[in-house]
Amino acid sequence: MTGTRVARRTGTAPRIGESARRPDGVPKATGSFSFSSDLRHDRMLWGGTLRSPHPSARIRSVQIGEAVAVTGVHAVLLSDDVPGQKVFGLEHRDQPVLAGDVVRYEGEPIAIVAADHPEAVRTALRAIVVDYEVLTPVVDPMTVEETESIHPDGNLIRRIHLRHGSQDVVGDVQVEGTYEVAMQDQAFLGPESGMAVPADDGSIDLYVATQWLHSDRDQVADCMGLDPEKVRLTLAGVGGAFGAREDLSLHVHLCMLAQHTGRPVKMVYSREESFHGHVHRHPAQMWYRHHADRDGTLVRVEARLILDGGAYASSSSAVIANATCFAAGPYRVPSAEINGAAVRTNNPPCGAMRGFGAVQTCFAHEAQMDRLAKALGMDPVELRLHNALVPGDKLLTGQTITGTAPVAEVIRTCAEHPSAAAIATDPLELPGGTGRTADPGHVVRGEALALGFKNLMFSEGFDDSSEASCRLLDGVATITSACAEVGQGFVTVVQQIVREVLGVDEVVLLQASTADVGSAGSTSASRQTWMSGGAVQEACGQVRVQLLERLATQCGVDTDDLVLADGQIVSLSGGLEVDLAVATEEPVEASVVFRHAPTWPLDEHGQGSAHVAFAFSAHRAIVDVDTELGLVKVVELTTSQDVGRVLNPMQVVGQLEGGAAQGVGLAVMEEVLVTDGRIRNASFTDYLVPTALDMPPVEIAALIEQAEPGAPFGAKGIGEAPAISSTAAVAAAIRNATGLNLPRVPVRPVDIVFPEGAT
Amino acid sequence: MLNGRQHGGVSVTIATSLEDACAALAVEPCPLVLSGGTDLMVEVNRGSRRVGDIVVVNRVPELVGWRRKGDQLRLGAAVTFAEICGSELESLVPALAQAARTVGSPQIRNVATLGGNIATASPAGDSIPVLAALDAVLELRSAEATREVSLRDFITGVKQTCLLPGELIEAVRVPVLDGPQEFCKVGTRNAMVISVASLAILANRGSRRITVGLGSVSPAPLRASDAEDHISPHINWDGGAIPDEATIAHFARLVAGAANPIDDHRSSALYRTHAIRVLARRALSRVLGRLSAT
Amino acid sequence: MSADTYSLKVNGTDRQVTESLPGESLLRVLRERLGFHGSKNACEEGECGSCTVVVNGQTVCSCLVLAESVTGYEITTIEGVADDDGLSDVQQAFIDTGAVQCGFCTPGLVMSVGALLDSVPDPDELAVREAISGNLCRCTGYGRIIEAVSQTVDGRRDDGSRS
Repeated sequence: MTGTRVARRTGTAPRIGESARRPDGVPKATGSFSFSSDLRHDRMLWGGTLRSPHPSARIRSVQIGEAVAVTGVHAVLLSDDVPGQKVFGLEHRDQPVLAGDVVRYEGEPIAIVAADHPEAVRTALRAIVVDYEVLTPVVDPMTVEETESIHPDGNLIRRIHLRHGSQDVVGDVQVEGTYEVAMQDQAFLGPESGMAVPADDGSIDLYVATQWLHSDRDQVADCMGLDPEKVRLTLAGVGGAFGAREDLSLHVHLCMLAQHTGRPVKMVYSREESFHGHVHRHPAQMWYRHHADRDGTLVRVEARLILDGGAYASSSSAVIANATCFAAGPYRVPSAEINGAAVRTNNPPCGAMRGFGAVQTCFAHEAQMDRLAKALGMDPVELRLHNALVPGDKLLTGQTITGTAPVAEVIRTCAEHPSAAAIATDPLELPGGTGRTADPGHVVRGEALALGFKNLMFSEGFDDSSEASCRLLDGVATITSACAEVGQGFVTVVQQIVREVLGVDEVVLLQASTADVGSAGSTSASRQTWMSGGAVQEACGQVRVQLLERLATQCGVDTDDLVLADGQIVSLSGGLEVDLAVATEEPVEASVVFRHAPTWPLDEHGQGSAHVAFAFSAHRAIVDVDTELGLVKVVELTTSQDVGRVLNPMQVVGQLEGGAAQGVGLAVMEEVLVTDGRIRNASFTDYLVPTALDMPPVEIAALIEQAEPGAPFGAKGIGEAPAISSTAAVAAAIRNATGLNLPRVPVRPVDIVFPEGAT
Repeated sequence: MLNGRQHGGVSVTIATSLEDACAALAVEPCPLVLSGGTDLMVEVNRGSRRVGDIVVVNRVPELVGWRRKGDQLRLGAAVTFAEICGSELESLVPALAQAARTVGSPQIRNVATLGGNIATASPAGDSIPVLAALDAVLELRSAEATREVSLRDFITGVKQTCLLPGELIEAVRVPVLDGPQEFCKVGTRNAMVISVASLAILANRGSRRITVGLGSVSPAPLRASDAEDHISPHINWDGGAIPDEATIAHFARLVAGAANPIDDHRSSALYRTHAIRVLARRALSRVLGRLSAT
Repeated sequence: MSADTYSLKVNGTDRQVTESLPGESLLRVLRERLGFHGSKNACEEGECGSCTVVVNGQTVCSCLVLAESVTGYEITTIEGVADDDGLSDVQQAFIDTGAVQCGFCTPGLVMSVGALLDSVPDPDELAVREAISGNLCRCTGYGRIIEAVSQTVDGRRDDGSRS
C-alpha cells in the first residue's frame, strides 16, 4: 500500500491555519505522481468503447464477428454480456451500462473491446457493424413533457413546485426577465481512465479516478453481479474532477473486460470521448419576476426553471432541488413560487458540476436584482445589502438559518475593496488579446457586483456520512479514509488536522480504497473538509483520549492531569514527561463514522429543513468590452467569501482563484454546443477554457471568518462558492459596459454585436 | 544523407538535403511531406488519418531560415512561426510577424512552419491573409522540376492545393514593402484560438497601393480588390492628409463585401462579415495614422 | 538496428525505440515505450500543453511531434529538469506557492516556465501570461502559477546578487 509521508522536527510542521504545502506536491511537480492514465501492468490489455453516432436510434443489430477476428483482440462485449444489473445511476438506476435496443444520446456506449494494443482496439471498434434505425431526437427541454417518453422512467426527472409564504403578495415594483445558461463542461485535464485487475477468486480490483469510491463500488458490484466486497475500488491519481467524476464512466466496462479476459485491462478516454463520456453542467432556461416595495424590500419572487438533464437522470434530481431552493439568492424573500423541473431529452446527460444548480440561478437572480435596482433607482449594492439574509432568517424552503450567514459582510468588503485595475494599453491586455483587434479607444469599461450562495454537503435527508480511522504507532499517525483527493487539497488539510489534534508531525494518509474503510461520501458539495475532516478530527480525538487514559492508568495518575502537545505527554502536576513515540510503542486506534446534523426531505410545496449549512460569496468584476466586435477582456475580479475559518490560507486562495476561472469561462466563452443532440465542439480546439491571458488576477477582499457551529474548527467548505457568483458578476459587468440585457451566458460576440438576436 | 526507417510497411525519411527530399518524394504512392507536423499529428492522434510514408523536411538546409535579397525576402518553407515573430522579420514584414504571434500557442509556434500553414490550406490559416496581401510567390520543387506559383493560385479551395505528387514547397517569396502593415484576428479567446475572421492591410509607398488580404471568410485566399482600388487613390502617399471618415467607411464596406463566409460552430457568416468591416476600418486607420506620421 | 528501431536522446541518454508504429507521437513514445509518464495526455491536439517537453531548447507539445522526426535532438522531459531526487527552483516554487492542485498540468507548466526563464530572466507579468498561454490549467485560475514564476525570478535574482 502506498501512502504519503512527510517527516519534520516535532512541533514545526504546519497546523491548522497555516499554509501547509501539499504532501503530493513533489511527485506532482516532478512528474512521478501516478495519475489514472499512468497505470501499468505487465499483462495488461487496452480497452476501448464503441459509441453511438446518433442521439436517438433503435439498434436493430450489432455484428461483432469481424471485430473478434482482429489480431490481438481478446474480447468484444455487448449489453447482453453485462453480468448483473444492466443499468446504473447515481440517484436513479436508469442508464444502461451498454445500450441494448435503444440509444438515447450521441456517444452512448454500445460495445467494448479489449486488445493487446490501442491500435488493435481501434481496428476492432471500426469493424463492429451496428444497424441503427435512426430516430428524430427529442431535444427541446421546453416541450419535452408533452412529447412521447424517450425512457421508461418518463421525460420528467423531477419537478419541485416550491411555494413559500402568502401567495397573494404583489410588490409596488415588479421586474421580469428570461434567462438562459448554456451547457458547461468540467474540462478537467486528466481524461477518464482506469484499470481493472481480476483476481483468481472472481473478485476485481478497480483503480480509477473518481470522486466517490463507495458509490462507484456499489454500482459496479450490482452491474457485475458481485457482492460489494468482491469489488475493491482504489483511488488512482485524479487529474481534476469538478463534478464530472461523480458518475460512473468506464468503471463497469473495465471490470467486464477484465473478468471476461482474465487479464488486467486499462482504458483511457480521448478528449473527444471525454466530452461524451461524462455529464455536464445543466443548460437552464429561467423565467423570473421579482416584486419589491418602493424602498427596495423584496416581497416576492416568482420563477420557472427548466434544466435539461439530457438522456439519463444522473444527479438531476438534486441539481434541480438546489436550483429551486436557492433560486432567489441570499436574500430575505417572504413570499415565493418557484417551479423547477429537470427534464429528460436526447441531449448529452447532465449532472454534477461545481456549484450544482446554484450557478444557473445565481446568473438569473443577480440579473434580476440589478434590474430591480434600476427600476427602483437604487444603488445595486445598497439593494443587496438591504435584503441580505442574516442568521435567523428563513430561506425559500422555510428553513431557518441557524448557522453563520455573514452576507452583508461579504457584500460590503467586496464592494469597498479598492480596485487595482489599470487602464489597459498593451493589445495583449485588451479584448481580442494577441489578435490585436482593439485599440484603447474601442473599449468600454464596466463594473458590477454579484452575490451567490449554496448549501454545503448533501441535503434532503440523505444519510451523509464519512468514516475514518486513526492509528497512532511510534509517534506516527496513520489515517485511513476513502475521501477522494481530486486536487482540492484534502491530503494537506488532513495532515494539519491530525497535527493539531495529536501534536504529532508525521502523518501518513493511506491511499483511499474501499477495501480498507467505509464510505467517505463524495468529494463534492463542498463537503469533504467538513465531513472527512470531521471524521479524522474525531478519530484523532478518540485516540488522544484513549492514549491519555492508558498512560494515566499505567502511571497511576489522573487523566485530567495529562497533556499531549508537540510530541510530548506531560503531567500538569509535574514529574511525568513521556515522548509520544515511546508512549505509542503499542498502537492506539480509533475509527469513527461522522455525520452532520440531520436534514429532511422537501415537502410537496418545497418546504423543509433540507440543508445543513450555507456558504456565501460575492464577486466584483471589471471588464473591458469592445462593443463593436463583441469581445470581452475580464480585467479584474475581486471576491469576498464566507469561509467559516481558514484552515490553509494558500489552499483557500487556490480554490477561490480556480473557481473564479471556471466562472469567467462560463461567462464569456465556455459552451458545449449541441445541435439536434450532437456536440459540435468536443475538443479543446473548440471548447474554449480560459488561458492565462483570459483569466485576470483575483483580488481577495476578505475571507470572512465566523466559525460555523458543528463544523470541524468552524471551517465551511469553500470549493463551490467561487464558481457561483463569478459568472453572474462578469455578465453583469458586461451589461454595465454595454447597456445591453444580455440574458444568456456565455455572452458571445454576437450577443453584444447583434443584441436583438440576429446571428 | 537519407535517414530512412520502415515499420509496419511505412517509411519515415528524415531528409537532410533538398535533393534527398525530392528523391524520397519521387515514388509511388507519393509520401507525405511533414514539416512541423502540428496539423497532421492532430489527425493521426485522432485516428482519422492513416499514416503512409513520410518525408520529414524541416532539417533540409534550403528550407530552413530566410534571407533578404534587395526588396525581396525568401523565407524557407520550414521557417517556424517562432522564428518569424521573434526576429528582424518583425520589421521587414510586420503583418506576417503579427499573424505569426497568433498561431496556436508558444509550443505550436516553435515547430509549426510557414510552409506547413500554406500546404494545410485551411481557410483559417493565420499566415494566409498576409501572404495573399503580399502577393506571395511559392517556389515548388520536385525531383524533376521547379516552378513558381502565386499563393492565390496555389490554394484552390478548403484544404485543396495545386501541389503535385512528388512536389514540396521550398520557399515563400514576399516583398519588403515601404509602408506600415497591420494584421488583426478575431477569436473568442485572447490567445490560442482559431481565427473567426482575420485581415491584413499593407501599405506600399512604392506602388502607392493598399492591399488587403482576408482570412476565415472564404474557402481560398482572398483579396479585397475593389476596396484596394477604391482607397489607394484617396491616400496622400507623400504624407499629411488622410482620407475622410466616409471614404474609410466605404472602404470597410467594400472589404466586407468581398468576404464570402460561412456559418459554422465557431461563428456565423453575418458576424464574420461584420467583424471584417470593423477590422478593415480599424486596421486602415492604424495604417493611415502611421503613413501620415512619417 | 532493425528497420523499425530508432533512438531518441531523452534527458541526455540515448533510448532505443523498438517495434515502433507508424505515426506515433513523441508523447506516446515517451509514455508508452520509454516509461516517461511525467508528460501528460490531456488532449493530444496541442491545445492544453500538458505534454510540453523541450526539444533543442524549445518547448513543444510532444503530442504533435512525430517521434521519429526528432531523432538526434536533445529532448528534455519533466523527469530531466532536476538532478536525481532534487527539485528545480521552478518546481520548488510551484510547490511553495500553491501552484499545484490536481497536478495534471504541472509538468507541462514547469517546462514552459523553465524555458521562458532561460531566455527571459525577468519577464513582466504579461510576458509570463503569454508564455504560458499554451498551458491550460483548470484548477488554479493561474494566480498561484504567476506567483510561482515571480518567486522563481526573485530567487534567481537573490542568488545572482549574492554570488
